[in-house]
Amino acid sequence: MAETTTEGSDTIEALTLVPKAEAKQSMKDFKSDQEVRWCPGCGDYAVLAAVQGFMPQLGLAKENIVFVSGIGCSSRFPYYMNTYGMHSIHGRAPAIATGLASSRRDLSVWVVTGDGDALSIGGNHLIHALRRNVNLKILLFNNRIYGLTKGQYSPTSEVGKITKSTPMGSLDAPFNPVSLAIGAEASFVARTVDSDRKHLTEVLRQAAAHPGTALVEIYQNCNIFNDGAFEALKDKQQAEEAVIRLEHGQQIRFGAPLESGLGSKGVVRDSLTGDLKVVTVTPENESQILVHDAHSPSPTTAFALSRLADPDTLHHTPIGVLRSVDRPVYDTQMSDQLDTAIEQNGKGDLAALLAGSDTWTVVG
Amino acid sequence: MTSQVSSPAEQADGAVVGEQRKPAGEKDVRRLDRVIIRFAGDSGDGMQLTGDRFTSETASFGNDLSTLPNFPAEIRAPAGTLPGVSSFQLHFADHDILTPGDAPNVLVAMNPAALKANIADVPRGAEIIVNTDEFTKRALQKVGYAVSPLEDGSLDGYSVHPVPLTTLTVEALKEFDLSRKEAERSKNMFALGLLSWMYHRPTEGTEKFLTSKFAKKPNIAAANIAAFRAGWNFGETTEDFAVSYEVAPAAAAFPTGTYRNISGNLALSYGLIAASRQADLPLYLGSYPITPASDILHELSKHKNFGVRTFQAEDEIAGIGAALGAAFGGSLAVTTTSGPGVALKSETIGLAVSLELPLLVIDIQRGGPSTGLPTKTEQADLLQAMYGRNGEAPVPIVAPRTPADCFDAALEAARIALTYRTPVLLLSDGYLANGSEPWRIPDTDELPDLRVQFAQGPNHTLDDGTEVFWPYKRDPQTLARPWAIPGTPGLEHRIGGIEKQDGSGNISYDPANHDFMVRTRQAKIDGIDVPDLDVDDPHGATTLVLGWGSTYGPITAAVRRLRAAGESIAQAHLRHLNPFPRNLGTVLKRYDKVVIPEMNLGQLATLVRAKYLVDAHSYNQVNGMPFKAEQLATALKEAIDG
Repeated sequence: MAETTTEGSDTIEALTLVPKAEAKQSMKDFKSDQEVRWCPGCGDYAVLAAVQGFMPQLGLAKENIVFVSGIGCSSRFPYYMNTYGMHSIHGRAPAIATGLASSRRDLSVWVVTGDGDALSIGGNHLIHALRRNVNLKILLFNNRIYGLTKGQYSPTSEVGKITKSTPMGSLDAPFNPVSLAIGAEASFVARTVDSDRKHLTEVLRQAAAHPGTALVEIYQNCNIFNDGAFEALKDKQQAEEAVIRLEHGQQIRFGAPLESGLGSKGVVRDSLTGDLKVVTVTPENESQILVHDAHSPSPTTAFALSRLADPDTLHHTPIGVLRSVDRPVYDTQMSDQLDTAIEQNGKGDLAALLAGSDTWTVVG
Repeated sequence: MTSQVSSPAEQADGAVVGEQRKPAGEKDVRRLDRVIIRFAGDSGDGMQLTGDRFTSETASFGNDLSTLPNFPAEIRAPAGTLPGVSSFQLHFADHDILTPGDAPNVLVAMNPAALKANIADVPRGAEIIVNTDEFTKRALQKVGYAVSPLEDGSLDGYSVHPVPLTTLTVEALKEFDLSRKEAERSKNMFALGLLSWMYHRPTEGTEKFLTSKFAKKPNIAAANIAAFRAGWNFGETTEDFAVSYEVAPAAAAFPTGTYRNISGNLALSYGLIAASRQADLPLYLGSYPITPASDILHELSKHKNFGVRTFQAEDEIAGIGAALGAAFGGSLAVTTTSGPGVALKSETIGLAVSLELPLLVIDIQRGGPSTGLPTKTEQADLLQAMYGRNGEAPVPIVAPRTPADCFDAALEAARIALTYRTPVLLLSDGYLANGSEPWRIPDTDELPDLRVQFAQGPNHTLDDGTEVFWPYKRDPQTLARPWAIPGTPGLEHRIGGIEKQDGSGNISYDPANHDFMVRTRQAKIDGIDVPDLDVDDPHGATTLVLGWGSTYGPITAAVRRLRAAGESIAQAHLRHLNPFPRNLGTVLKRYDKVVIPEMNLGQLATLVRAKYLVDAHSYNQVNGMPFKAEQLATALKEAIDG
């Protein structure tokens, strides 16, 4: 991962229209007076702390920050942020946030959602927000279970999952949110893990800096209904084999480190199929190891990377920024059209509009 | 174009200022006080355009008018079939009229299907102009005519004008470099030219329109103008048309002012733009295309220079969701739809009720349930508007009565939404949306002031003396909560669909608080200031006819007929369906009989009976068409006598 910087919002393109804080902020400024009511041990606490801790780095006037959520455990998030916020209805947060962000370019708008909220009931809004590229930052808390309704399988649960609603195992093939987002023309897609505060913060920083829609999938542990779902990525021993940390401009390597300090495994392109595969790094193949290019105009390699993970064991799960490309931003273009209309036709004249061109006059 | 009717005296002479073709005067000219014309043809024949143009000519001439476009949901049903028939009815007069008319005096039938689909509505004695070129054996068989109705005597008693419209059009355009097929397309303009001659319509507007519509294809523009003129000249020269008609301008019926013709959806669009200007708030429309509401999305998207943002969403839910997001941000937010869309938006309307943010939900009602009759009219969404949400979720309802009234209704809906911080349902319908009438263009200085005050600072002092902002601390008069938009320092707050504590707005599951909040939200809507109901009762009648929405025209026309025949009947028409005007209960109890005609199975009657314990009688029609005045007059007469 690139070094963590505390880049101010002045230099962040996505936030140039958002007013800056007058005084230095601290994490405390972003804590609301509401008691946090997630289950003790929930991964959501870690994400909340990371977001509250990260916000001062942006240096934005907190009255210009809005958190919009849907329904689910994670969707209580806005209540705990001392910013503007809306806890809306199930699945609809991206639509509501789209209206807000496209009408108020001076705001930094964040969506907090979960795997059920974003990918099941709200799947339609998610994909359309991504393709439009509205200036939204979407934090998708993925715990692979329905928590608030007490433990049914979710659209990211593994096949065969035994839950209250699937006593004989679930039949549904899961979504891979990162693959889905790349397929939906997302301009920024990243994945991180609740327990890795440093990584989480860095991904948030890059998402905040991205002009357009940023989707950040956060693997988040539900210790009540799906405890240990991401253990393979968290246990130090297992993580070496399971986690592929992506860094732009760096070779894609993981596994037990070699003497060089670099991972003993790497990702190469299969010359016959064009697909990606994991190999053990040797002096012969070392030069073949792919260098991660998050800014590649083509989403093909990012998609292939997203497919390396085994949905059951989570082995070979890439984390970090898979894709970050510049694409026209919806709200900017919407605003530009308004300016163009005024340039072309002059500022609207209501009396002239109402009169139209075909009138007749009745005089007394 | 502008024409001027300068004084009643001049207008009585039939003088019309403005360049136009005039009949040469060798034929009889008869004066009529009103005419109903129906243009009917195949969906591809351009009947809506023909009707629109005749309407514009008529409006610029200064007649009062009312129109009824009627078209299939299919864009192009199979050619020459009954389901493919599209028609446009226009009623115009030298006096004030209220409906598109019951029965046409003139039917223009472009093919056998158009004749067959419409003949039942046309009384004997009426004129029928048929395009004989289309009365081929095959075309006749397609709609089940074994023998041509032009030859079997079935049209005896009608004044039939057989005109080979297609042949004449092609002949008139032979100088143009057009294929036969291209030339045939102008036959609607030939028909328009003929009718324009028959009724002395001004023609320059149509010629101008054609020039600009086909600006990029000057040859097509010239061909259409040539066909239009050929139709006019055909009327002027052929012996079959011995008489032409004058219908004098209706200046006496109109108050002084400048007028234009306007359809309901256009008036509604303008009303929204006007409301945005009067409120000094940017307009934000979140919408998903649906018949018959899409024209509002089209229209508003043309006016970005008014600061109007239009967002075509991925679905109905996202349309209202985006609007609600924009409302949170301080826009005048609107979503436009029809009945099926309202069903999808219900949960978000409920959220807006809970968030107490201003939001306009425009429902252009159509035939239901489900997909129903997308292009036909109905007013069967009243109970959906009133009750179609989970929980106690009261929403104010406003309904326009005529196409032009959609402008004022939009401003009124905006007033309520902004003043009371609530979603408002505006119930228009397909008849109002597509129908049109003359509209006195309002002076923009006379429009209502809709400006609002956003919250600026703390509004509450805690026991320890701390000044805080409470998002649910209400205005004692209106019970509206403060509208604090993001970007306002110090007022950071969170709102949501979970029940909140009165005042602070924090999440609260407290039973007593919920009971209080439910009652308070209801009280806020019940307390909305709406004008008293006007009753038109010149003779002290014992029977009251009560209506709402687009039935205003037919009900008023029926009431006039009854009064002209010496009957006594009172009339009142509701614009506000929730809350009802304060005096409605008193008004209802003044009459022995209350009749409520509706294009549904009695939805207003249900509300009125429940609220006022009045034995209101329903008179219902749900056939996708507006009531006919004669039919209503008969029904009301029966009620008076019954």
